[in-house]
Amino acid sequence: MSSAVSLHHSDAHVGHDAHHEHHHHETFISKYVFSQDHKMIARQFLITGIIWAIIGGLFSVLFRLQLGYPDQTFPWLEDILGHWAKGGKIQPEFYYALVTMHGTVLVFFVLTAGLSGTFANFLIPLQIGARDMASPMLNMLSYWFFFLASVIMISSLFVQTGPASGGWTIYPPLSALGDASMGSKIGMDLWLVSMAMFIVSSLLGGLNYITTILNMRTKGMSMTRMPLTCWALFFTAVLGVLSFPVLLSGAILLLFDRNLGTSFYLSDIVVAGKILPNEGGSAILFQHLFWFLGHPEVYIILLPAMGMSSEILAVNSRKPIFGYMAMVGSMFAITILAFLVWAHHMFVTGLNPFLGSVFVLLTLLIAVPSAIKVFNWLTTLWRGSIRFTPGMMFALGFVSLFISGGLTGIFLGNSSLDIHLHDTYFVIAHFHIVMGVASFFGMFAGIYHWFPKMFGRYLNNTLAYIHFWVTIVGAYLIFWPMHYEGLAGMPRRYYDYSTWVSFRQFGPLNEFISTVAMLVFAVQLLFVFNFFWSIFKGRKVTSQNPWESNTLEWTTPVSPGHGNWPGEIPEVHRWPYDYAKDGRDFIPQTEPIGANESHSH
Amino acid sequence: MNTVAIEQRNKIHPHKFTLWVGIGSILMMFAGLTSAYIVKRNQANWVTFELPIAFWYSTAAIVLSSVTLYLASKAFRERAMNNYRKLMAVTLALGVLFLLLQVIGFKQLWSNGLTLTANVSFSFLYIIVGLHGAHVIGGVIALIVMSLKAFSTKTRNYSIVPVDLISTYWHFVDILWIYLLIFLLMIR
Repeated sequence: MSSAVSLHHSDAHVGHDAHHEHHHHETFISKYVFSQDHKMIARQFLITGIIWAIIGGLFSVLFRLQLGYPDQTFPWLEDILGHWAKGGKIQPEFYYALVTMHGTVLVFFVLTAGLSGTFANFLIPLQIGARDMASPMLNMLSYWFFFLASVIMISSLFVQTGPASGGWTIYPPLSALGDASMGSKIGMDLWLVSMAMFIVSSLLGGLNYITTILNMRTKGMSMTRMPLTCWALFFTAVLGVLSFPVLLSGAILLLFDRNLGTSFYLSDIVVAGKILPNEGGSAILFQHLFWFLGHPEVYIILLPAMGMSSEILAVNSRKPIFGYMAMVGSMFAITILAFLVWAHHMFVTGLNPFLGSVFVLLTLLIAVPSAIKVFNWLTTLWRGSIRFTPGMMFALGFVSLFISGGLTGIFLGNSSLDIHLHDTYFVIAHFHIVMGVASFFGMFAGIYHWFPKMFGRYLNNTLAYIHFWVTIVGAYLIFWPMHYEGLAGMPRRYYDYSTWVSFRQFGPLNEFISTVAMLVFAVQLLFVFNFFWSIFKGRKVTSQNPWESNTLEWTTPVSPGHGNWPGEIPEVHRWPYDYAKDGRDFIPQTEPIGANESHSH
Repeated sequence: MNTVAIEQRNKIHPHKFTLWVGIGSILMMFAGLTSAYIVKRNQANWVTFELPIAFWYSTAAIVLSSVTLYLASKAFRERAMNNYRKLMAVTLALGVLFLLLQVIGFKQLWSNGLTLTANVSFSFLYIIVGLHGAHVIGGVIALIVMSLKAFSTKTRNYSIVPVDLISTYWHFVDILWIYLLIFLLMIR
């Protein structure tokens, strides 16, 4: 035995195997700040993500104020925002900064770091039976790089020329030339530095998640006995590790164009009457590099939500997940296809039509694994004894939004239809429903479901149901009408639609959307209140396994310490979805196969 | 307790595995750059270039350093610690020599009029070679740490894991350089 341990003596996590029963004298700093415990790092990611979500959501409220009430002034805006809202009206430059930062914050800081940072950290070691991540040190660094990225991004809000304002996709030349706009100056530099830190953070995290899943599963936990959450988080990490470096390449070239006079993306440009010396560059090259990350990024956001919803749907339907291997296979197919469809964001850039048709085919192919997943979720629910816990409600909401948002993807994936729909509100409606709100629902489902494990207390159910119903109805009321605006040709990213005769008819509709958006934002604050209040005052969890679930995280103590299991790590004997088998409600993964147990359900 | 530890013995060490995944990630970064390079080459305004002679010497230096590092890790396994120390020092010196030769190569390019901004093909050359150099700097820093530990009389560490980690990484940047050199020779 001792030889096995000494082989690994340089290795922190196995060290815990031998020493975890000693009481660690942890200081406040080592326990709450520079913690190497994956559960604490998960909570740090979650709380930072919540703060970012409030900021990002607030940005959308501010620009919805402009879109909904373009003719009115709000003097109190000038009191808070100063010259950005001169005369109580949001200035055009600031409007563009708001939409840019709204996209950046929610796509990267909330739905990438806040979502997979939280749940990959929290669930992977607990569900596969590991004491911690493969490298707790890199894991801690992953959070602190994210924190650094956050601080830099926040500071960009307070510089005199304002934050980046060229859209979250930072297309050159707007992002490459400091003189091109207000937001192209220092705000853009800070954006790039912050994102470089962010990429480092997600690479460190991703490396850890992949290694932990492939390398540190407990005895008996074969890959096909893993809960679908772990599979989803695994594919998410693979996508991140392979696509973020390409964005980094693109950003490095952009930095050279900005600061050192190269011409990767710039050619024949006139700024303020002055002809620039840059020659031979191509802005389309940046779009290729950006969307090679940008499209997988969509699945980086969506896959964790899919995985958590699968788990929560099975637990609360008291039925095994339908088509486990089909679920894994379709996630694998989505991961592969994610790398082969980026040019569908670029159908109208003068892309070769033949190449375009290849990308149409590959894009529409994604409908196949997506449909398989939807079918499997619905058949999991079919004739189950459903418990409508708040987590379950949000998981159901996720499925609903994924269907409604996914269908419009079929329209947009056709290059000929895209000529009309590109850069309209139809696109906004599509990606907000299928990626934005759906992933938020997956995240909420995860928070409501695993909050008892994270904090040892329950969230308040009444507030949770109010949160759910207002959010799902509100989300549809906000984004459904946008499809019609988009079909009518209303372009995205305009400051004031009331000056166009063709879009003036949408004035009252825009006002309605803005009103609902503010209401939905207010209800999110209710959730935030519920979250922080329940950490300290929520109803205490008394049983180890409150949802009567099969997976390993519920075999730990109510509030597990660093090392997760006080004794040995349990051995796994079966897959995680033995619900309603042989007349028993649930059979945990740790229970050996019985002598008379039937093979299938 | 140790069932898990014993299971671990048959598997690759987690840190080594992390490194391999990280290598995959670094490869994607260079894949992004080289594909951008290929796309740009097919457009107008591309000027072809000759690689400086210093890059050939640097290639010899980094290949040789891979050999000495291999011998060092062999010596470590045989517990021939004196040989190990010497070979680590030689590897480190060759690594630094590689970086110096790359800088000299850049200077040769620059003095021949192939400056960073003169043409987009030169810009690519500087960025691709420079980013590879940045990864070699990372390896050199690791080699410095390893050499300091090897010569230190205070600590005695016989774990093979760090030696294996630096070997894998160093051979990787070596092979990556050879690939990039061939790429830049074939496609320019």
